[in-house]
Amino acid sequence: MTTAELDPSESASVQSYRGLVARRIAILVGLTVALVLSVAVDVSLGPARYAVWDVLKTLFAPGAADLQIRVVVWDIRMPMALLAVTVGASLSLAGAQMQTILANPLASPFTLGLSAAASFGAALAMVLGVALFPGAISLMVPINAFAMAMAASLLIFGLSTLRGVTVETIVLLGIALVFSFNAALALLQYFASEQALSAVVFWTMGSLSKATWGKVAVTAIVLAICTPLFARRAWALTAIRLGEVRASAMGVPVKRLRLEALVLVSLLAAVPISFVGTIGFIGIVGPHVARLLLGEDQRFFLPGSMLSGAVILSATSVLSKAILPGAVLPIGIITALVGVPFFAALILTKGRKSW
Amino acid sequence: MVSLTLDKVGARYGRRQILFEASAHLQGGMLTALVGANAAGKSTLFRRIAGHLRGAGAVRLEGAHTHDLRYMPQDTGMTAALTVYESIILSLKQGGGGWRLSTQELRAVDETVHRFNITHLVDQQLSELSGGQRQVVSIAQTLVSRPKVVLMDEPTSALDLNRQYEVLESLRAYAEETQAVLILAMHDLNQVMRCCSATIALAEGRTLAFGPTLDVLTPSLIRRLYGIESRVERCSRGNPIMIVDGPAAQEAI
Repeated sequence: MTTAELDPSESASVQSYRGLVARRIAILVGLTVALVLSVAVDVSLGPARYAVWDVLKTLFAPGAADLQIRVVVWDIRMPMALLAVTVGASLSLAGAQMQTILANPLASPFTLGLSAAASFGAALAMVLGVALFPGAISLMVPINAFAMAMAASLLIFGLSTLRGVTVETIVLLGIALVFSFNAALALLQYFASEQALSAVVFWTMGSLSKATWGKVAVTAIVLAICTPLFARRAWALTAIRLGEVRASAMGVPVKRLRLEALVLVSLLAAVPISFVGTIGFIGIVGPHVARLLLGEDQRFFLPGSMLSGAVILSATSVLSKAILPGAVLPIGIITALVGVPFFAALILTKGRKSW
Repeated sequence: MVSLTLDKVGARYGRRQILFEASAHLQGGMLTALVGANAAGKSTLFRRIAGHLRGAGAVRLEGAHTHDLRYMPQDTGMTAALTVYESIILSLKQGGGGWRLSTQELRAVDETVHRFNITHLVDQQLSELSGGQRQVVSIAQTLVSRPKVVLMDEPTSALDLNRQYEVLESLRAYAEETQAVLILAMHDLNQVMRCCSATIALAEGRTLAFGPTLDVLTPSLIRRLYGIESRVERCSRGNPIMIVDGPAAQEAI
């Protein structure tokens, strides 16, 4: 993967491949720069108005800043901005690998029922006060959401180990799960008190407003565990996209790889969803943007989908503060509204089949 | 020298037995054809040899390891967002190795794209290839790691005459050069007679015949395999050609 100086003795095809690699690295660098800028803008925006200069000063020399701005920047805005990054990266990576192992461009944590299951779990806590795991009351909602999302993915996992279950079956089953959990959620909402109802509706909109450093750390740790495990299987995962038969003809243990990836993907999706609620768009669009920009060689596609998911969610977080001055709109509402035109433009202008 | 022995090999999909008894002893350095009607068990035999299916009997390799074996399935679409060059690297990298590509690996890819005359395609996306181009790219993917045993399911079915000739000649050259065992499942028996030194005839999951191609492809065997009356005659240059006369009478099969 070197971009070393062009060796004149190298053939045209090797040189052109090296050029391709160099372009892809440049795109990854570009995405990283965009992410850093977006996070910087995100931190400097908010209902409380501070000059950009003051925010920067607080960031780099927190000791010198006064207490109020320090609390706002370090305890409220930074966790939100960074949670947007880790959640965006996790959901996008989860979607990317779901699409890879299930050979389906529509696979994502949202379309496979993980988000719907999490919403149902959260609603169980908010409407009925049921804790699936007794423990800290304050964590009842995220723990319930996580447990239900994991249960849904374990169900998918269990069924996919059965004989004769194809990837199409898994995708169809995921869609069935979406409808089942949505129906169960509607039932809960129907019987919910007004107060509980509004809590559930707000939760399902997806929001970064409850961000804490703890949540940032947990999502970052999950990413730090899952990413290297995917990276080690980069060539095999890329080969799966040539088709199951071709991949196993190349010696890829397709079934085992699919199950391993499914476990990682479940974790990657369930943890952020349980913290921020339903943010449906990232898991589909992040990977597609990365695929259009970088292709599907996992050495680029893997970091690319994480970065594009992070950039999209971070930029959305900026917009959610900028659209109505003084208010922060739930981010789940903005993602699709802003993302769809961008996504459509990318698909239509790129002009080649992406799937 | 590599050799491959099939000793009464069988295979099943679930409960359905597809392959009953296939036996042959193949030498490296030449092309061997695998012929038989549709659903005779050709692909199943390949998948059994490649270790994707289990079953009775034994597959023995001499002079090569199982990881030296590559199987090229029948052509299916490739929708991955990869360039031709990337897809060939990918195949090479399945043998192991990290993210980095060595000069040696790039040279191996280069050598393969030259061998199969697809240098003009290297920057193209897989999804943009025609059926024939895709087939040649598949062949390049299969051979880039220089396998010692190669099983190809209808490698020339989508190619024009010129390309068929080119590809089969390259495959023959590859076999001679590496002394590898190459088995090609083929339907065009004239191509088989021209290129393949040995032939395995498979019907209903059993080997009907195995040996030098001209000894195997007799009118009576072709009648049993395909239910077709045919003659094998010499052309004006003395090469054998098969001429199809028509369907065989039911009682003759």
